[in-house]
Amino acid sequence: MSESIVLKLKTWKDLPIGGVIPEPSTSLYNKTGNWRAMTPVLDEKKCIKCLLCWIHCPEPAIIRKDDDSVKIDYDYCKGCGICANVCPVHAIEMKLGV
Amino acid sequence: MKGKLVGMNGDRAVAFAAKQADVDVISAYPITPQTIIVETLAEYVNNGELNAAFIPVESEHSALSAAVGASLAGARVFTATSSQGLALMWEILWIAAGLRTTIVMAMGNRALSPNINIHCSHDDAYAARDTGWLQFFAENVQEAYDLTLMAFRISEDHRVLFPSIVNLDGFILTHATEGLYVLDDEDVKAFLPKKKPVNPIDPSKPMTYGPLDLFDWYMEHRRLQYASFMSTPPVIKEVFEEYGKLSGRRYTPVKTFNVEGAEVVLMVLGSSAGTVRYVSRKLAEKGKKVGVVSLTQYRPFPVRELIEALSGASVVAVMDRSVSFGSPGAQLFMDTSTALLKAKRRPLLFNVVYGLGGRDLTPGDVEKIVMKAEEVLRRGETPEEPVWVGVRGEE
Amino acid sequence: MGEARFIKTLKEVPRVEHFAPGHRLCAGCGIPQVVRMALKAVPDPKVVVNATGCLEVATTIFPYTSWGVPWVHVAFENAAAVASGIESAFKILEKKYGKQRPKVVVFGGDGGTFDIGFQALSGALERGHDMIYICYDNEAYMNTGIQRSGATPKGAHTTTSPAGKVIPGKQERKKNLIEIAIAHGIPYAATMNPAFPVDMYNKLVKAASITGPVVLHYYTPCPTGWYFDPSRSIEVARLAVQTRIWPLYEYENGKIRITVPVKEPKPIEDYFKLQGRFRHLLEPQNRELLEEIKRDVENNWNRLVKLASQG
Repeated sequence: MSESIVLKLKTWKDLPIGGVIPEPSTSLYNKTGNWRAMTPVLDEKKCIKCLLCWIHCPEPAIIRKDDDSVKIDYDYCKGCGICANVCPVHAIEMKLGV
Repeated sequence: MKGKLVGMNGDRAVAFAAKQADVDVISAYPITPQTIIVETLAEYVNNGELNAAFIPVESEHSALSAAVGASLAGARVFTATSSQGLALMWEILWIAAGLRTTIVMAMGNRALSPNINIHCSHDDAYAARDTGWLQFFAENVQEAYDLTLMAFRISEDHRVLFPSIVNLDGFILTHATEGLYVLDDEDVKAFLPKKKPVNPIDPSKPMTYGPLDLFDWYMEHRRLQYASFMSTPPVIKEVFEEYGKLSGRRYTPVKTFNVEGAEVVLMVLGSSAGTVRYVSRKLAEKGKKVGVVSLTQYRPFPVRELIEALSGASVVAVMDRSVSFGSPGAQLFMDTSTALLKAKRRPLLFNVVYGLGGRDLTPGDVEKIVMKAEEVLRRGETPEEPVWVGVRGEE
Repeated sequence: MGEARFIKTLKEVPRVEHFAPGHRLCAGCGIPQVVRMALKAVPDPKVVVNATGCLEVATTIFPYTSWGVPWVHVAFENAAAVASGIESAFKILEKKYGKQRPKVVVFGGDGGTFDIGFQALSGALERGHDMIYICYDNEAYMNTGIQRSGATPKGAHTTTSPAGKVIPGKQERKKNLIEIAIAHGIPYAATMNPAFPVDMYNKLVKAASITGPVVLHYYTPCPTGWYFDPSRSIEVARLAVQTRIWPLYEYENGKIRITVPVKEPKPIEDYFKLQGRFRHLLEPQNRELLEEIKRDVENNWNRLVKLASQG
């Protein structure tokens, strides 16, 4: 993402009219990973690629890779623990700390 | 005078203008005295005379909400309402303006309840005056037709992009048949080409419309809207000029009659201007000079033009067809008083409340106002309270 | 672009995301799951209309937006009316000028749908606009701090129906959105629950294929308002179905079909004891209210089974 409006706004004269946000997905600039108190840690060896964690992550902070294995996106993970809870093989463990 | 001479009532004339403007979407809820507008438009659509989507919404709040959605989608949009309907959609008025929609709304001016009254007051027009909508007042059916056409052109202009209200007095204009000149369809098509929307909903260019502002951006957004709104008068004048060339009917933000050398001036909005001018002419025959000032453009308030129009007056009776409880005068009086603070020479100003709920303004009433103005001038003192004219129980 | 299809496994859910992280929804919120799924199941082009509420507020704090599709918010009670305007506009622009018409997807909370937005929804359904209306129901006005709505279930504690010493929570029953929607004669309606994602996705695909108004009622677990550990979001959601409190069914062309049968329901106490908003119902002085609730759930389920059996 280059030259986003989010980075360029300083005064009222920089604003687009009508209060619009003229670009999609600018929330990516707001890294909510700093909300965490608990952090999910994935044991890739146990993962059965069921994709339940990917489906249920509210951010989404779980990246689905080409082979359907998953990776946690720590930039946005809020540490809610749903992924660890829904994983049928307990491949994800919530650890205290960020 | 260009065009064909026809007889129509104000509502039908407005609907006819919307048809000639080839609106894309009409969303309206019926309310007396605007019902003929929506009925006529429904007829046009169902008879195949107008290629538009007619959305028979379930309330005025939804009427304006749907109009906002349609305008954001890039359509040319028309709606209409009066009094209680305007009051119900009031929340959305601000949003329609702030999101920079280009909706044109006809207002059949009607009194606000209580008690419920279907006749003319300017309560509804005034209730919208802070919201960021452009506002025009029609004095007769011809003006209602002309202003509706011009409103589309003004609102959709890329230097404007604000919604417009065209006010026409309830029953007095909405239901009265008058002669008017309507332009040829081709002339209207040339005057009003297809809407070119700015930032319309476009899945290939996704935008977020109506996000949340915290304290860090709300004020800047308002500042921008204010600057944009205050820069619209030159465009309005430009469109008035162009329409003048096209139709032979030239409009100005402020209309003056007999003001040169007039110490006494009456200021009024809407159809009553005709009555006041009639009395002015009659008094002129007796050697008395009374000027009449009326506004075609109410918002943005034409401060400079008004100061100029009132610059020769010694006393101005500002006539309001509404009342604002607890305010230091009714609404037009407050607008005018504030505007005149910028004038080098300020006439004496006093407020007249008239015509509420369809109460007729008679020539006799106007003469009473003139006499009151002369008294104010003699005494050099303005009354504490607004002068109520036409009410039983007042002197 | 491309047509979405019915799936049998989660692997078939499309990868493309139209909803970006970085939003301010609570950790463990149940709303994004239906949003992500809906945006995957509905083919492009599409436009989203959103009523005021948790989803709208948390995903569009200027200048940050989580939306990768055109997204419109006007006010609280008029999402269905705004959507009607957008839908009608695009229909006529398509007819007059050949402009491409996007599908309109509406997201409204239970507050903005059952209560203040009810009129606008009813009007839109009666007029038959082509739109998918998804009510994400977290069973209270959550965004303003957990006040009761017409969707709050009987007995639940909210700040305006508190579990007090004299009145133990909300005394009124939950409004039945789907049956009201069906009464308008719409072509399709369904309930959804995140613990049953394949069922949910397929209902969204179905909805996207229908022309006309569709109402989808989505069970939205809310850790903040229901007082439970966010990680147990899906557990709570699953129990709602397994206790028959949240039947999963769909309505199409006059027929009701229960899509997730529940042969042996789990005890309602299991569902209630997980959530702080219900725990007072397990106390002895509220026994009568608890029994009443259980009877309501059973009657509702039996009625639904009966309706489903009528061809």
